[in-house]
Amino acid sequence: MVESVRTAPGRLRRMPARVRTIVSFTLILMVLAVLWESYKWLGQTTGGVWPGTDIGLPVRTNNRAMPHLWDIVAALFRPARRGGDEVLLITLLRAGLFTLRSAFTGFVFGSAFGFFLAIWFTRSSLAERGLMPYVVASQTVPLIAIAPMVVIWGGQAGLPTWLSVAVISSYLSFFPVAINALRGLRSPPATATELMKSYAATPNEVLTKLQMPAALPFLFPALKIAATASVIGAIIGELPAGLSVGLGRALLSFASSFSSAPEKLFGAVFVAALLGLSFVGLVALAERRLIPATRRVSHDPEIAALAAGGTG
Amino acid sequence: MTEAAMTLGNVSMVFDADGGSVHALEGVSLDIRDGELLSLIGPSGCGKSTLLRLLGDLLVATSGSVTVRGKSAEQARLDRDYGMVFQAATLLEWRRVAANVELPLEIMGVEPAERKRRAAEMLDLVGLGQFAEHYPWQLSGGMQQRVSIARALVFHPSILLMDEPFGALDEMTRERMQMELLGIQEKTGTTIVFVTHSIPEAAFLSDRVAVMSRRPGRITEVIDIDLAQPRVFDTREDPDFFAAVTQVRESLRSIEEAT
Ligand SMILES: Nc1ncnc2c1ncn2[C@@H]1O[C@H](COP(=O)(O)OP(=O)(O)OP(=O)(O)O)[C@@H](O)[C@H]1O
Ligand SMILES: [Mg+2]
Repeated sequence: MVESVRTAPGRLRRMPARVRTIVSFTLILMVLAVLWESYKWLGQTTGGVWPGTDIGLPVRTNNRAMPHLWDIVAALFRPARRGGDEVLLITLLRAGLFTLRSAFTGFVFGSAFGFFLAIWFTRSSLAERGLMPYVVASQTVPLIAIAPMVVIWGGQAGLPTWLSVAVISSYLSFFPVAINALRGLRSPPATATELMKSYAATPNEVLTKLQMPAALPFLFPALKIAATASVIGAIIGELPAGLSVGLGRALLSFASSFSSAPEKLFGAVFVAALLGLSFVGLVALAERRLIPATRRVSHDPEIAALAAGGTG
Repeated sequence: MTEAAMTLGNVSMVFDADGGSVHALEGVSLDIRDGELLSLIGPSGCGKSTLLRLLGDLLVATSGSVTVRGKSAEQARLDRDYGMVFQAATLLEWRRVAANVELPLEIMGVEPAERKRRAAEMLDLVGLGQFAEHYPWQLSGGMQQRVSIARALVFHPSILLMDEPFGALDEMTRERMQMELLGIQEKTGTTIVFVTHSIPEAAFLSDRVAVMSRRPGRITEVIDIDLAQPRVFDTREDPDFFAAVTQVRESLRSIEEAT
């Protein structure tokens, strides 16, 4: 018994890290699929109640509320529009790519701006005290309210719409970077700063030789949050933009036709998730290249709380 | 050994803490001689670290003056006259040992080849030549502290300020490090101000021991340690050594009784 318990994870542990990630990801995907289908099967056989009771199941299990997984997959490979010849998956990926351009631009500018703010705050306590409340308040204002304004102002300023969407996206991504970079830049002990002072180092030398390298492990978890937030921000930003392309547009139209063709919305959700995952994967890859394993922060409670709190 | 390397003239230090002020030092005057090793000893919280930071221009005195061979402490810092060693080695974890030692030279604009040469020389001096390419976390606490001493000396500062540098080390390592420090001082002629809590350590290392009172800290007595030079391992068994230890201890006890 003990042996068999030990072998499965033991075998998993002997695999290279990257293979291990893929294997455990696939395993969990399979478990989720089995759960989905068994719940659906349960509802269908009992008529929508818990077995042996007359308590209703929380979610209906008919094909319109919960399509079969194979129906969702099949829908991805059928033409998106009746009579069209482009398959839904391609339509969605094309839309995703459009959104990714805004998300990536928003991510880059948002992160850069967040990092710049953090540096400024370490240099000026006046700036920190004056601006920090606004930085925090910015995240409590619903993005849905900001997005139309940015689109309208951007339009008046002559920005292409995808760029206005990028601005909306950066509105979400700058925050985690600013907060964590600030913490990271301040992480060196006072004695390290005193040593730099004793070498008569300039503020820029302190920044590049002490504060920035010290901040790197704090920065990457924030960049991962920023990556997902920028995808959410871009999707939300597309909604009021009146675009005919983009994942936001697709989600909106599939949501309105949910009752007749639910597989399409699930397919779009799947592509949106894929987008976020690959984006975060890229950041993780950069982290692995830049920071040795001994310095990586993997379970920072504060960042976890921030991530759980949601940024949309 | 007679010319003053540093002079403290009637130095006082008051900290503004939230909701009040802390009077850390009161009227401290002291000459630190060129090439000597002077220890600062006193009760916890009496202002030893504060005094060291004032000497190194990491803090500015509320009143009084700190001069280094006629210069202000600030000018001396800008001239890179100070090497500093703290109780924690404070190595940069993302740099290898050699790169840590090179850091001050990097900031001072020394050429890479020359940096490398001098860092290697310093690491040899502290006996860590083979560990140049290790990361700090691969080293023991004592080895890390030796790296931090190498880093403090690599740019040949004329003054070394040390705040309980051996405080976190076990007794055996500590005694070995004391010998090494004296060996280094003999080779380099560096003036050393050394904060410690240990009476035997102060007696063994010092040319003079400055004893400080409780807060607000003053220097109550400066004790000359008349032990044969160079100090060797057996010095610790010398009757003169015990006499010196007793003298420092009594001086400290008289502070306890006065308060
Ligand atoms: N930056 C500061 N702000 C406010 N108070 C301070 C500051 N630095 C030191 N103090 C206070 O000044 C006093 C002297 O501190 P200091 O660290 O110099 O003592 P010390 O003799 O080094 O003590 P220890 O032996 O424990 O290291 C203490 O009461 C301390 O609380
Ligand atoms: Mg102290």
